[in-house]
Amino acid sequence: MNNLFRSAARCLRSGSAVCVPRQTDGRSQWASVRLLCSAADLQKNLGEMVKKDKVVVFMKGTPAQPMCGFSNAVVQILRMHGVDNYAAYNVLEDQDLRQGVKDFSNWPTIPQVYFNGEFVGGCDILLQMHQNGDLVEELKKLGIRSAVLDAEKESK
Amino acid sequence: MSVTADHIRDRLIKELAAVHVEVEDTSPNRCAASFKVLVVSPQFENKPLLQRHRMVNACLAEELKEIHAFEQKTLTPEQWKKQNSQ
Repeated sequence: MNNLFRSAARCLRSGSAVCVPRQTDGRSQWASVRLLCSAADLQKNLGEMVKKDKVVVFMKGTPAQPMCGFSNAVVQILRMHGVDNYAAYNVLEDQDLRQGVKDFSNWPTIPQVYFNGEFVGGCDILLQMHQNGDLVEELKKLGIRSAVLDAEKESK
Repeated sequence: MSVTADHIRDRLIKELAAVHVEVEDTSPNRCAASFKVLVVSPQFENKPLLQRHRMVNACLAEELKEIHAFEQKTLTPEQWKKQNSQ
């Protein structure tokens, strides 16, 4: 609990927002999840976070600056398909989030990708889906037309 | 580092009846204990990708607590044979 007060105080002091600063630069949105009262609250919040946006990624770093090769791979794949508007949460900013999302998904590693509130997998799975065409299909189900299809059309 | 490639290989063979396992210790490329595995098992038949990966995760639950990064590829014996013939 003390840790929490300390980190909350630090947040308020440094001026970084405690709630949810959403930065929309047209490419991606990220939110800093701070001040969570308990692990149970975090689990509940995660449940809402993954449903709030069609595509949600928990990663190390940000889409503009990934801090890990696997997280970067996920960002690159999404970019290739023209998926720019997704929620990206940086687990390096928040140790509780980093562990909490692993518990929530029952998945041991980061990055983690969610489509429509449903866990898709990590980098390996996204890469395989990209290679075998499944990703285009899944995006279609989300109502997102993959940029890859337009690229194919142009080359024909 | 108590988790070794051999240990991982043994667990996969024992718990998933893997007919072929390749474990690569990729730690030198990353900042901490990291592994890349290829698992070929008939138990993966008819299971979607996510489920296969969850099976591997469950099998290596204890080890994964100590591993920093983990890559996996899961194939059925048939897929493995096909991949080899290409």
